[in-house]
Amino acid sequence: MAAETKPDVKESEILAAGYQVSHSKSPLFYEKYERKGELQGQTHYCPGCGHGVAHKLIAEALADLGLQDKTIFVSPVGCSVFAYYYFDVGNVQVAHGRAPAGATGIKRTHPDKIVISYQGDGDLAAIGTAEIIHAANRGEKITVFFVNNAIYGMTGGQMAPTTLVGQRSTTSPWGRRPSNEGFPLHMAELISGLEAPVYVERVALSDNKNVMKARKAIHRALEIQRDGIGFSFVEILSPCPTIWAKDPVEARKWVAETMIPNFPLNVFKDKKHEPVENAVVPQRPVYEVLEISNAPVGPDAPIQSIPANAHDASDQSINTPAETAKLEDINAASAPRPHVHHFKEFEVKVAGFGGQGVLLLGQLIAEMGMRERLEVSWLPSYGPEMRSGSAHCHVCLSKERIGSPVISHPDVLIALNEISLRKFAAQVAPGGLILYNRDRLPADFPLPQARIVCLPASEIADKLGNTKATNIVMLGALLEETECLLLETADDVLKTKIKKVAMLEVNRKALAAGREFIDNYVRVGAVSQPDGFSY
Amino acid sequence: MGAYMRQLCKGNVAIVKGAILAGCRSYYGYPITPASEIAEAAALYMPQVGGTFLQAESEVAAINMVYGAAGAGARVMTASSGPGLSLMQEGMSYLAGAELPCVIVDIVRGGPGLGNIAPEQSDYFAMVKGGGHGCYRNLVLAPASVQEMADLTVLAFELADKYRNPAVVMADGYIGQMMEPLDLEFREPEIPERPWAVKGTPETRKNLINSIFLEPDALEEHIRKLEAKYIRASQTEVRYETFEADDAEILLVGYGITSRILRSAVEMARREGLKASLLRPITLWPFPTQAIAEAAKKVQKILVVELSNGQMVEDVRLAVNGKVPVEFYGRTGGNVPSVEEIHSQVMQRVLALA
Ligand code: SF4
Repeated sequence: MAAETKPDVKESEILAAGYQVSHSKSPLFYEKYERKGELQGQTHYCPGCGHGVAHKLIAEALADLGLQDKTIFVSPVGCSVFAYYYFDVGNVQVAHGRAPAGATGIKRTHPDKIVISYQGDGDLAAIGTAEIIHAANRGEKITVFFVNNAIYGMTGGQMAPTTLVGQRSTTSPWGRRPSNEGFPLHMAELISGLEAPVYVERVALSDNKNVMKARKAIHRALEIQRDGIGFSFVEILSPCPTIWAKDPVEARKWVAETMIPNFPLNVFKDKKHEPVENAVVPQRPVYEVLEISNAPVGPDAPIQSIPANAHDASDQSINTPAETAKLEDINAASAPRPHVHHFKEFEVKVAGFGGQGVLLLGQLIAEMGMRERLEVSWLPSYGPEMRSGSAHCHVCLSKERIGSPVISHPDVLIALNEISLRKFAAQVAPGGLILYNRDRLPADFPLPQARIVCLPASEIADKLGNTKATNIVMLGALLEETECLLLETADDVLKTKIKKVAMLEVNRKALAAGREFIDNYVRVGAVSQPDGFSY
Repeated sequence: MGAYMRQLCKGNVAIVKGAILAGCRSYYGYPITPASEIAEAAALYMPQVGGTFLQAESEVAAINMVYGAAGAGARVMTASSGPGLSLMQEGMSYLAGAELPCVIVDIVRGGPGLGNIAPEQSDYFAMVKGGGHGCYRNLVLAPASVQEMADLTVLAFELADKYRNPAVVMADGYIGQMMEPLDLEFREPEIPERPWAVKGTPETRKNLINSIFLEPDALEEHIRKLEAKYIRASQTEVRYETFEADDAEILLVGYGITSRILRSAVEMARREGLKASLLRPITLWPFPTQAIAEAAKKVQKILVVELSNGQMVEDVRLAVNGKVPVEFYGRTGGNVPSVEEIHSQVMQRVLALA
């Protein structure tokens, strides 16, 4: 190609070849291209470039359909980066390859507007492959015009993903070699293989007949968007005389004779509108979704208030502001009185296997602390550590603002398995407490600096009919042994957290069982023994 | 409102609740530990309040969806962690260049590369100094509690609009994963008019969202305009907090989760008669340069602590300008120093003063 010389071509010859050298301008184009800076009467495209024709066809279609005021045009990076110079519609210019993503954000913001993504082959089929495939696959209700000229124009003639086998470019100087660069990408075929797209056609700007077909395709694609049907895609085989080093007439001939055989023209898809079934998302007021307790006030603001502790009121229907205020009063009056906590700061570490309710137990303690007007923090182990099967969390209860939520020396360690006991026992503050989920300590376990209470919480929970209540047995024991928080609060929290009645019953029994264990066995004056029950 | 009216909430979830409170109804994102709960909460809540949640095919696509939505006039956000933020840097540069307001959350994890998912503060340079191409800034807020995750997200939206610039909420894995009480007060969000946005209406037909300025003079003029905005922000938007600021010998400087450990360390030091104090930047950009320069006059030494190999310390040194020694202690890889560890660092450094 590079060896070919450019013959002198007259405009009449171009016209004879069916070229759109038209001096009439669509009303959809700006009168003067002021954004362009210089030469405001003409485009920045090379003579004979397909972009000019494609622009004109799109402008005419938009004008025909009366969509000018509704249209947002997304310019890509490439030769058409300055499409916004010409189209007198809303314009957004985006990063290389990202036009379908940008268009998605625009269309989702203004679903009733016309959003056009106009992209070249480098932009759409190379760097932006993921974006176009996924926008198409989501069935974004946008229209994509894909101008394929088998080359990178703007950057000066490098290989494109659509460059033909054997075609020379500055980065395929020996011609595209499939062994090195693979084969040209057929985007229209790829896109039409997806479920969601509604309309996919490939057209060519090779001669009058095909330009007319292109005009129809562009029109149809925009109609489909106007009617809100779905994703429409038109691939436009387009001459790039400059980089191909051909005159405009030859360039069009090359489209007809070389490109079309490689990229067959076809309507790949033209689906009817078929409504798809979607799950319905319930609509709720903001303050309800956010669990905000102070509801908005206003003359006719029907509101639904769910104070965090009003578990028994959570089934209430719509309240008036007055009713809500009253409800808040009632809640305030019946709210648990602040406990006179015997600590300034109380730190608990819960550890065990994932699935033992380790993190949940920590959350319950934190929730209780919060309801007793303490400052609280809950910090979990997360990620692969959890996947490896063990989990732990730190809970701080404090009368003052909590500094570090990371506990080095917990007052209490709740060890739900032996690994946790061995791993964390030494961290417990001197004089602290370890609640261990077994009836005895491992034989070789060194005497720790802390008190140990061994209680077979899992066995107890098992007997109650649900091993999952192990953590609640431990909670009962913790409350009874340390009196760090109120039992009533535990009951309240369980009521809010557990919706199933049967489940709630089991957990209440578990809570009681944990308490009783401590009561019956610990409080009879026994001394803690490292080798057995600590009663 | 009584304290018991508060809700126990995870930091990552509080971000989304704050965003909804701020009137944000558009979320585009991609999952990544330890930020995934943000996407999950957005997926759960946004559609219930008539908003949009979309899981993009990549962080690259997500940030460009944010770009499109912001250009179309939406209050919009995304969230990710280190590797995802690296992918978003291109889009962030475009957002800043095109002057589009949006909120980007970075729940920082260990790096470089795949690193790990444990907490770090190693994205300071990437967020505070830019990270993408070109002359631009992000407004960067650093929450240290679950409450602040919500509050500073609201503020981030307001600042983003005020300056037509991306605002970043930068926390770490711990604050994202932590649960603490959260107090949300209902209010009508104040969303300013965006006459510059492209909305597909006759009034906005002339609008253009763009960051190309081919002529050197035109681009320079644009950059000067951005810079003027950044100067304005640095004069009015600095936020920080001090603790035990009077009569200190040593000043500790740290942000986010680190500031809380430092706070406990200051308490421990004070109990032992060591005069330590804390300054905690809340805005990392604009940086509390002035406040640190002032504080430096009153102390004999400054110790900067970060979950990194020393990034913010450079800004502290610039602020102090050699007046007092600025020393650094950092942990990385997801190791978070204990209060005792910091305490012994403080001890050593105070003893060295004598
Ligand atoms: S380089 Fe090719 S595609 Fe670009 S404007 Fe010139 S002819 Fe058109």
